[in-house]
Amino acid sequence: MEQLLQQLVNGISLGSIYALIALGYTMVYGIINLINFAHGDIYMVGAYVGFALTTFLDLSFLPSLLISMAVCSILGIVVEKVAYKPIRNSTRIAALITAISVSLFLEYTMMYFVKPDTRTFPEVLESKRMTFLGGSVILDVKNIYIVVITIVLMVILQYIVHRTKTGKAMRAVSLDKEAAELMGVDINKTISYTFALGSALAGAAGVLVGVYYNTINPLMGVVPGLKAFVAAVLGGIGIIPGAVFGGFFLGMTETLVSAYGGSIFKDAVAFAILILVLLVKPNGLLGKTIKEKV
Amino acid sequence: MNRKLLVVLSLVLVFILLAGCTSKETSGGANSDTIKVGLNYELSGGVATYGQGLTDGVLLAFEEINNNGGVLGKKLEPVQVDNKSNDTEAANVSTRLATRDKVVALLGPATSGNTKAAIPAATQNKVPLISASATADDVTVDSNGNVREYIFKTCFSDSFQGVMMAELAFGELQMKNAAILSDSTSDYAKGLSKSFKETYTNLGGKILAEEAYQSKDTDFKAVLTNLKGLNPEVLFVPGYYEEVGLIVRQARELGLNVPILGGDGYESPKLTEIAGKDVLNNVYYSSHYSSMDNSEEVVRFTKNFQEKYKKEPDAFNALGYDMAYFLKDALERSGEANPEKLKDALAATKDFKGVTGTFSIDENHNPVKSVTVIEMKDGVPTFYKKLDPK
Repeated sequence: MEQLLQQLVNGISLGSIYALIALGYTMVYGIINLINFAHGDIYMVGAYVGFALTTFLDLSFLPSLLISMAVCSILGIVVEKVAYKPIRNSTRIAALITAISVSLFLEYTMMYFVKPDTRTFPEVLESKRMTFLGGSVILDVKNIYIVVITIVLMVILQYIVHRTKTGKAMRAVSLDKEAAELMGVDINKTISYTFALGSALAGAAGVLVGVYYNTINPLMGVVPGLKAFVAAVLGGIGIIPGAVFGGFFLGMTETLVSAYGGSIFKDAVAFAILILVLLVKPNGLLGKTIKEKV
Repeated sequence: MNRKLLVVLSLVLVFILLAGCTSKETSGGANSDTIKVGLNYELSGGVATYGQGLTDGVLLAFEEINNNGGVLGKKLEPVQVDNKSNDTEAANVSTRLATRDKVVALLGPATSGNTKAAIPAATQNKVPLISASATADDVTVDSNGNVREYIFKTCFSDSFQGVMMAELAFGELQMKNAAILSDSTSDYAKGLSKSFKETYTNLGGKILAEEAYQSKDTDFKAVLTNLKGLNPEVLFVPGYYEEVGLIVRQARELGLNVPILGGDGYESPKLTEIAGKDVLNNVYYSSHYSSMDNSEEVVRFTKNFQEKYKKEPDAFNALGYDMAYFLKDALERSGEANPEKLKDALAATKDFKGVTGTFSIDENHNPVKSVTVIEMKDGVPTFYKKLDPK
């Protein structure tokens, strides 16, 4: 029982990271039907920005998190303007290949500048541990930070999408691009906003991972990026609550599979579940037949 | 007219080049004041630190040997070629050294993968190849279990590390049940786990669980929580420092404070950096060498190395240094610089005294040597003890 509680703590922390990254995938897909494979690398850049700020400028945790989010949103906008905008009306395969190229470009440019070695994040959050049930369940301050920050960011995102004018424009573009344009929505601006928001969340995830696991490297975005993509598809790609749900679902599944002796099959089980879900509900767990996506 | 002139001129150029080549070759081959030794190392690329470290050790030993009158009245001449940490390149360099430079022996490459790539050229040209750091079991023995006649190594094998760590856990540390957490994507880790498990269960210990992770994983909390629930007395984690650093850190964060054991993959200052100084305690690993070992050979080597390179020697420097003396020892016994005789002399090496331990070459061309156990104390590697093979 105590062990299960500890595993829940582990699973929720891991799931928060997946959820944060999955949100960016889902938003971009919702709005321009593009699977932005470079998203995982924006998350990596976020981690490096956080690393530079905390190591070289001695900033504390929150300012680094915010600056890193800002840098990533700018990067997201630049990537969209330079790489995706010119091919917005080409075939989907062209867009997909461009996305993969951008991903590799970011990885190896970064590797050129920061060297391929693993770097260690400084201790920006003092490690305080709380023990429950006679020491068998351990909760670290970092776990709380990760989960709380994830939830706060999601609430803010939900507010932006549903309560602001920009959010309304985003939803309109995702429903029908031409109609939205005819109604006077500035498509380019809206798409830029979407990229900025999604990339900021990825940047936040990067800094959180750096703090939580304290190692970063230029290829750190590949696997979490892929997993977050799976999470987004699992929850129903294009649907914001779906990405969050998918992220937590994937985190918990991985944790519980390793917990019950299947550490070797961890990923196999996670992906088997994905296939099953897609067979039964091709639009994802929270997907509806009538698409309402952002 | 113009074209004809061009043809003639280019022909002349070709002849000059060819003449240059041949004359160089004959002078190289006929020069008998030196014994040429090929150094096929990773001087650039991903594992350049290993190759550079070994080369530094070899060159220091060559310098010492040459200053003391050389071998068989001749000086040792290193022929260094960079294999760029690439296996294709390692094979090419091996061919080049054996055929064009006509070396008497090939030293290197550093990693098991590159060494395996360099083997065919050595075998075909009948030149002995010695690796000081390729720890894979199948470097000196082929897939059918036959010994490769011309291939030798001076470091212990992966499986041997597992055996020694199992003996340490069961005998020295008195731990009667263990759990294994291994890197399922690496042959190195799999080899260590297998031999650890076999030896440990044969001694009477119990393996409570065998779990796995993949290289580049960052989250080990789920599997560590699970292992903690089983209450093992010791954790065996064969793997490389990047993941091991995170595993140690996360294990301690979860309150899993049992000793953690592993192999020479822990050998890196990065381990301390990743795990953090305060949690890196109660961690033991097998290594080739420790500069804190105070035997006479090690003290002398450390002093000479510091004089030449102005830094502390590491395990790779020591392995390279030993390999050079190992070669010298065999050359002296073979009586002349002949690859064929050298091969037999290498195979017959008995009780060779080096800085990484005293060893003899067994029937599989592996050294039977002692293992140095390093204990991490507050992130500082300290000499724990030397374990001799039984």
